[in-house]
Amino acid sequence: MSTVLELTAVAKTFTMHLQGGIRLPVVTGVAFTVRAGECAVLAGRSGAGKSSILKMIFGTYRCDAGSIRVDADGRSVDVAQAEPRQILALRARALGYVSQFLRAIPRVPAIDIVCEPLLIAGVQRGEARQRAADLLRRLNIPERLWQLPPATFSGGEQQRINIARGFISDLPLLLLDEPTASLDASNRAVVVDLVTEKKRRGTAVVAIVHDEDVRAAIADTVVDVNRFTAAA
Amino acid sequence: MMEREEDQPLLRAEGLSKWYGNQLGCRDVSFAVHPGEVMAVVGESGSGKTTLLRLLSTQLAPSAGRVLYRMRDGTTRDLVSLGEAERRFLFRTDWGYVHQDPAMGLRMTVSAGANVGERLMAIGWRHYGGIRRAAGDWLSRVEIDAGRIDEAPDTYSGGMRQRLQIARNLVTRPRLVFMDEPTGGLDVSVQARLLDLLRGLVAELALAAVIVTHDLAVARLLSHRIIVMKDGEIVETGLTDQVLDDPHQPYTQLLVSSVLPP
Repeated sequence: MSTVLELTAVAKTFTMHLQGGIRLPVVTGVAFTVRAGECAVLAGRSGAGKSSILKMIFGTYRCDAGSIRVDADGRSVDVAQAEPRQILALRARALGYVSQFLRAIPRVPAIDIVCEPLLIAGVQRGEARQRAADLLRRLNIPERLWQLPPATFSGGEQQRINIARGFISDLPLLLLDEPTASLDASNRAVVVDLVTEKKRRGTAVVAIVHDEDVRAAIADTVVDVNRFTAAA
Repeated sequence: MMEREEDQPLLRAEGLSKWYGNQLGCRDVSFAVHPGEVMAVVGESGSGKTTLLRLLSTQLAPSAGRVLYRMRDGTTRDLVSLGEAERRFLFRTDWGYVHQDPAMGLRMTVSAGANVGERLMAIGWRHYGGIRRAAGDWLSRVEIDAGRIDEAPDTYSGGMRQRLQIARNLVTRPRLVFMDEPTGGLDVSVQARLLDLLRGLVAELALAAVIVTHDLAVARLLSHRIIVMKDGEIVETGLTDQVLDDPHQPYTQLLVSSVLPP
C-alpha cells in the first residue's frame, strides 16, 4: 500500500516569552511513515510529546524543523511548510482529527456537530443527518440526546459525539488522540470496529491509545515516541 | 477543490498604512482574503483594528498602500481608484458592514421590514410583495418573529437589533462582509445565539468576512485565520487554531494567556 504520511526530522520547541523566554524542547528527530490501511500507534510516557506530534500533523502546532508529507488524492502537501489555506484545504479533503475533548458550541445540537464535516464537504443535509444518525446509534448515544447541545453530556457521551464527528467523513488520514479514554468496554469495542472498518477502506490512522487491548486490536506498528523526546 | 477556482483572492491589502497627523493608525499591513474565508483581526483597543477595517472598506483613505478587490465580473480593481458611484454600488450589493452598535447600521425609526427591504430596493427590486416576502424570510432566518416585521428596531432588544442588522446586510447576498465587534455590547447568552447564527450563515452562504474582535472565543468560533495586531502593526498571523493553541509572539502569548479558557 502507498505511503500516506511521512515525517522526517520533525522537531518542536515551545518558547515561553512570558516566563522569561524559557525554551521547552518537546521532540526532535521525529521520523516515521504510515501507509494506507495501516494504523500506527504512538506510544511513550506522559509528556513524551505524543499529542504534540499529532497536533503538528494536523497543523495546529507549527513545526520548527523537518517535513510532514501527506500524500492523498494524488497530491502531496508538506504540512510543515504549507500556507494556512493549503492546510485548511488538506483538512477538508484528506485529514481528520479526533481530539481528546469535544469543543462544544453553545446551542448546536449533537447531531449537527456530528454532521458538520460532511456539510462542509458539500454533502446534502438529509444524507449527512442519516449518516450521523447511523453513527450515533452505533456509538450507543440515546436518540433523545441527539437534538441537545452536548455541553451538559457526560464525559463519555461527549467523547462519543467527538468520535462520531471524526469518523463520519471518509478521509485518507485520520488522527486519534485517546479516543477511548473515558469509554466503557462495550463502547471501546465499537471504536475498535470503527477503526478496523476505516483501515479496511484504506484510511491511514495515527492513534494515541493507552488501553492495551485497544492498542493490540488496532495497531499495525507502534512508534516509540520516547526516543524522540528532546532533552531539556 | 478549494485550491483551483478560489485561488484568486477576493480582497488584498498591500502595504496599508494610515497616519492621523503624527499618530499611527496602522503600518504596512498586507494580507489576502479568499472567497469563503473568514479572517479575524484581534488585538486590544488602540491596536489599529478598526482603522484597518475602515481602510479596507474604503471609509478611510490610506496614507500609503492599496486595497485590491476582485469584482463580480472577475476584474481586480484598486479600491482607491473607484469612483464614488462604483463604491456606493459595492457597498449596496457586494459588501456588508456590521457595526458593533446596530443603531449605526439600521434606521431605528422605520420598520424592520423596511430596513431589510431598503437594501433590495437599492439594487433595483420594485415589487412590494416580493420585497416584503424576502424581508420576512430573512427575519425568520435570523430568528426574529415574523409578527414583528412592521415594528421599528427602536422597540427591539439589543440582540434582536444586531440580528436585524445582519439580515439587512445579508439580504443582497454580499460576497464580503466586514464586522466590527459584532457581539460587542451583548449579554453572554445573547452573544452565544448570535455567534451560532453567524457561524451557520457564513458557512451556508460561503461568505468571506473580515471580523474585528478583541474576543478570542469569537475568533475561534467564526474564523479560519487570525491576524494579531499591536500598535498598528501585524505581529502574528496564521490558522486560527495555530495562533490560539501555539502562539509564537510574546504579545500573542500574552493575549492568549490573559483569557480564561471557556
